[in-house]
Amino acid sequence: MTIAHEDVRVDERPSHVSTMSMAAALNLALADAIQADPDVVIFGEDVGALGGVFRITDGLTARFGEDRCFDTPLAESGIVGTAVGMAMNGMRPIVELQFDAFALPAFEQVVSHVAKLGNRTRGAVRMPLVIRIPFGGGIGGVEHHCDSSEAYYAHTPGLTVVSPSTPQDAYSLLRAAIASPDPVIFLEPKKLYWTKGEVDTSVTAEIGTARIARDGTDVTLLAYGAAVPLALEAAEVAASEGRSVQVVDVRSLSPFDDSTVTAAVRTTGRAVVIAEAPGYASVASEIQARVFERCFEYLEAPVRRVTGFDTPFAPPKLEHWYLPDVDRILDAIDSLHWEDES
Amino acid sequence: MEHAEMLPRDRAVQLIDADGTVVADETYAMPSIETLLAAYRGLVDGRRINDQAGALVRQGRLAVYPSSHGQEACQIGAALAIAAEDWLFPTYRDSVAVIARGVAPAEAMVLLKGDWHSGYDVRAHRVAPQATPLATQLLHAVGFAYAAKQRGEDTVVIALCGDGATSEGDFHEAMNFAAVFHVPVVFFVQNNEFAISVPLSRQTAAPSLAHKAIGYGMPGQRVDGNDVAAVLSVLGEAVDRARSGGGPTLVEAHTYRMQAHTNADDDTRYREREEVRAWVTRDPLTRLRTHLTGVGALTAELEAEYAAGAERIAAAMREALNTDTDIDPEDLFRFVTETRSPQREEQWQMLRGEIERTRAADAEETAHATTGGSR
Repeated sequence: MTIAHEDVRVDERPSHVSTMSMAAALNLALADAIQADPDVVIFGEDVGALGGVFRITDGLTARFGEDRCFDTPLAESGIVGTAVGMAMNGMRPIVELQFDAFALPAFEQVVSHVAKLGNRTRGAVRMPLVIRIPFGGGIGGVEHHCDSSEAYYAHTPGLTVVSPSTPQDAYSLLRAAIASPDPVIFLEPKKLYWTKGEVDTSVTAEIGTARIARDGTDVTLLAYGAAVPLALEAAEVAASEGRSVQVVDVRSLSPFDDSTVTAAVRTTGRAVVIAEAPGYASVASEIQARVFERCFEYLEAPVRRVTGFDTPFAPPKLEHWYLPDVDRILDAIDSLHWEDES
Repeated sequence: MEHAEMLPRDRAVQLIDADGTVVADETYAMPSIETLLAAYRGLVDGRRINDQAGALVRQGRLAVYPSSHGQEACQIGAALAIAAEDWLFPTYRDSVAVIARGVAPAEAMVLLKGDWHSGYDVRAHRVAPQATPLATQLLHAVGFAYAAKQRGEDTVVIALCGDGATSEGDFHEAMNFAAVFHVPVVFFVQNNEFAISVPLSRQTAAPSLAHKAIGYGMPGQRVDGNDVAAVLSVLGEAVDRARSGGGPTLVEAHTYRMQAHTNADDDTRYREREEVRAWVTRDPLTRLRTHLTGVGALTAELEAEYAAGAERIAAAMREALNTDTDIDPEDLFRFVTETRSPQREEQWQMLRGEIERTRAADAEETAHATTGGSR
């Protein structure tokens, strides 16, 4: 699960290869972007001296100065609203909203302006800004620290929504998000911040593309964020039981890579969508609907979903019951009308 | 700046009273006669634009028009207080200010006509799109000014909002960010006493809106919003301070929304006619005309010239709005993002098919009708 199948190395970017955590890969992407583009500025709550509560901006202010990475007042609408004005005036702001639920005060700015200004001005004013949001659970966090808010953003036309599941994608997708002329909601799976992998700085990832994380022929698992390593783990267990499981990291929630996903599911004829957000009216249900629409004649069984429950995110001591796990994924795979069953 | 200097005066700054009489002021200077004549011309244009837009709504040519009738001194004052290289961040009620910045009336009316969500070249005129969600644009103004300051430019940004917007969280966040980062923004609140139907007393218990400034560590001032001379002088001082690195200022103009919120509103349900009539005597045009006529600057010839200019604007508005624009439905998909997603392309192809079938059916119907074969 290191380097993506379809992702390519480019000559423009120097190749440095090393093993690092996702947090370090994000930090490296931010530092490299600051050095590559004088218009890039990073700001948010605690991103300066502290380096962010997850240390993603660690050392950036010390290295590049307050002009490039700085703390703001504690006000998320203010952070995103000023980023809009800065983007209107030639900057490329990257803002950090500390936790998924704490991004909500900025929701109006995101929906009414970040997503719509380009359209409102007929393309004259683009919004090249990145909103980084640590998202999801699995870290034993208390209420408001473990939400999965991706459906709100993916539902909003004008927003690009991506989420990496490997250190390589964390680096490559963040660089792509920063380079994008359009606003990107960059969802960082907290649970994976400290997982390690190889990162090649010359590898690019194209927004709008999914990544085949594991080849397989019997069933396709469609996942993103923290659900991807879970799907890979389930695939490994299923392999020991004789099933060949393909895993697709959809990674770009909007725009969605229908062509890769459709081709994958048509090959296997079975699919399970895995995400930890509540399942009702979710990105998982959108993926399920798209697969049904495009693959119906190829399907051996209904497309299943393994998602969080339609409850507020669980308190830490119930989290293990709430979150999708390997057994739940294997149960879903088992329910897919296998011919060897009688 | 000393804390006490951040407090507004007990009474709004006034340089010309409602009768057209000059009021002496130790701090704020009376603008030159040339400036006042230019402002008067702007007021005449602004009043005509407001009235013409209202008429076009009644004729069904504009979907809606939030009028600034009675607030023209604020509109023109805001537009004239800044330099060509400065920026204006307006709201939906600030069409007169937008036009006063040089935007063609037809382009300013695109939003309200319903052709698109904004119709003018933002960068050419240095006017942000008119914001509809309250107070949100104040933060954009702050971010815009931050970027200008970082680049060492001496751009000043003037951000408009109404009294209702001061209750929004974004007003607070914008004031706070502006003061903390010491950016060159002038916040100009047109306190017209009403947020649709809700009076100022339900928005705030503060002594005045301008008093909010000291809470952020910036100066606040209140001004008679129907006295364009005072508006120009107070805003001018704030703009100068911003340009010279003195940071943001909050200016509250006391004015009055003479008409309903929009044509869709019925203001007889929430305010007395006597209250509205009382404000007629404080009209911004009348007092300036009295003053300028009194000092001999405004002649009958000039009055006629200004009136003719305003009529030309009104005629241009009628012409633009009585002409149906050919709007390309593909525009729905064209600007959402820089690169069209495969999903949006698929949706456009579906719509294109619908349009082609509809047009073909219409053409067939027309052909049928002209050959007299309809049954």
